[in-house]
Amino acid sequence: MIMNDIAIRIENLGKLYQIGARKKRHDTMRDALVASFRRNGTPKEDKVIWALKDVSFDVKRGEVVGIIGSNGAGKSTLLKILSHITEPTSGRALINGRVSSLLEVGTGFHAELTGRENIFLNGAIMGMKKKEIERQFDEIVAFSGVGKFIDTPVKHYSSGMSVRLGFSVAAYLEPEVLLVDEVLAVGDLAFQRKCLGRMGDVARSGRTVLFVSHTMSAVRKLCTRGVLLDEGRVTATGSIDETVNAYIARTACGFDSFVKLPAPSRESIAMGISLQFMSAERDPQASFHLDQAWYIRLDFEVFGPVEHFIASVGLRNFDMVPILTFWSEPADLGPGRYTIDFRVDVPLSSTDITFVVGLSSYERPLYYVSDLGHVRISDVASGEQPLRAKGGGLLLGRQEGKIMRTTASRNTPGSVQP
Amino acid sequence: MTTHSSSALPSTTIEPTQGLAALGLKDVWAYRELLYFLVWRDVKVRYKQTVLGVLWVVLQPLVSMIIFTVLFGILLQVDSGTVPYPIFAFAGLLPWNYFSQALNRSSTSVVQSSHLITKIYFPRLVIPISAVLSSLVDSAIAFIALIVLMIGYGIVPTAGLLLLPALILLAMATALGFGLWLAALNVHYRDVGYLLPFLIQIWMYVTPVVYGSNLVPERFRFLLSLNPMTGVVEGFRWALLGTAAVQDYLSAPLLGISMAISLLALVTGAFFFRSTERTFADIV
Repeated sequence: MIMNDIAIRIENLGKLYQIGARKKRHDTMRDALVASFRRNGTPKEDKVIWALKDVSFDVKRGEVVGIIGSNGAGKSTLLKILSHITEPTSGRALINGRVSSLLEVGTGFHAELTGRENIFLNGAIMGMKKKEIERQFDEIVAFSGVGKFIDTPVKHYSSGMSVRLGFSVAAYLEPEVLLVDEVLAVGDLAFQRKCLGRMGDVARSGRTVLFVSHTMSAVRKLCTRGVLLDEGRVTATGSIDETVNAYIARTACGFDSFVKLPAPSRESIAMGISLQFMSAERDPQASFHLDQAWYIRLDFEVFGPVEHFIASVGLRNFDMVPILTFWSEPADLGPGRYTIDFRVDVPLSSTDITFVVGLSSYERPLYYVSDLGHVRISDVASGEQPLRAKGGGLLLGRQEGKIMRTTASRNTPGSVQP
Repeated sequence: MTTHSSSALPSTTIEPTQGLAALGLKDVWAYRELLYFLVWRDVKVRYKQTVLGVLWVVLQPLVSMIIFTVLFGILLQVDSGTVPYPIFAFAGLLPWNYFSQALNRSSTSVVQSSHLITKIYFPRLVIPISAVLSSLVDSAIAFIALIVLMIGYGIVPTAGLLLLPALILLAMATALGFGLWLAALNVHYRDVGYLLPFLIQIWMYVTPVVYGSNLVPERFRFLLSLNPMTGVVEGFRWALLGTAAVQDYLSAPLLGISMAISLLALVTGAFFFRSTERTFADIV
């Protein structure tokens, strides 16, 4: 097969997961023995889920492709398969060139080791040669800004510092094909900008990059092409702008006013049940006019007594910029189901909003989910594209001001003097 | 995955695999620097935030030696042949402690590295191999204590000393072989974690660590030699202390069987590990 200009070719890739496989992680041999005696044959259809199904696309050499899609669309699964962390169930993928994947920054960092030691360890884990690391060591340290703390154990670092150090090592990987998961949203804003800049350099240097992100502004900035995944299938490919627009249109489709919240990933004393969006008249609705006040109803359940309990809902736009966060009054709660309404009475400009839900006790998080739901604020109050009040920021700075003439001008430009 | 370097770029094919996987030792070799760094990390981190630090490596077998000397040497009067019981016990404990640590660490190594396995690719065999290698460093330090003891007791090692590396290799192969089986099983069945302490304890008592093979009736000795660690422990005493264990109590064919058993464990363990590792990231 001649594929000189193809860096990645994906053919009918599929990945099947057994539902509840995560819960069965502490499998015991007894369970396995019992199961082997039951012999029910093939697993029932409703017990399996295709995290990816019939995914096919090509990536040309030097292309920077953004993989977008909502939570659970299969983006990370795709990246894990291409990174060779997990095997596909069907189909295949061909990659030309040395591959590096960056699913997390600072993989394998050990708290007891110093920054210097962790650079070498992390570099080796990512497949860098000791000589390569030594050669670029000073640059890595300079990029991270860790400076004189380089010989201090990482456990004494702030979380921002260790994340910065982790990204800096990854920034000096030199593969032909780079697979990157949402890792740019690390550190403070200045560092994020630096990361984005570095990614841009990598992209421009002719390497092939596959980039998974929720941050539409970053995807738009870095990528030339986009692939939209939905429930494990490719639903759109094309230029990055087309794909991002397809994504936003798709998530807005129907404007679901009811969002079921996912079960927590680990055992917890509290969990969210649902989010509902309502008009001031409490009619279920998920797109609102600029002038409208509206409500967010959060239902949640508490399984035991909790003290100083706070429920919160955060609003973000699709560039992952936080808009505002609502907090409940702290309360001591017993087991039971609860509900709380937050009134949104802020002059938001035309925008698409996604939500973050957090439950906590004494500031300790009990439950946290993000990138859920989709509410559109526009001046047409329907599913169509907003017409006005776009691009002026997150809030609408509307004034009742009128333009007044202060003095009459004698000359108007272009007019002819008599 | 198959990687083949053509003229310019290496190209990789990713597709579902079934059945027995190839060992991929070339891959492990390519990642030898990672192996080095993982061993180095283990050794470096192990005694951080301890007051006695690396002294623990020497103290552990020393304390065991004292306990066993009181129990078996003084109270039960176990026959240790031509050498005093304390050094007889220490010379047995040294290879045994290495083996039990290497087995324990390699069996739990994969589960303990789940944060790496789910985030990045590298040959998974590197993980249990690094566990077996890093345990070697501890034993090397404890070995110094043994030399001091030998000087104290005025014992001169025999020419059998030259066979020591072979015995160490046999201990490593045995630990890695069983460690590979248990590490892969541990990913699916956490029972392994509960089973392991008992397994190691029972294994110790069926190995002539605190007693000599000579205590076992002759007709049962062939059973003893099926245990690869019997040869290692008795071999250590023979090489260092000049005890007559190997030639007198264990016959060469039986030693051959025990070596074959550890080799079998190593080869089957490696294939079992490689064939199950494709699901590690999904299950661990």
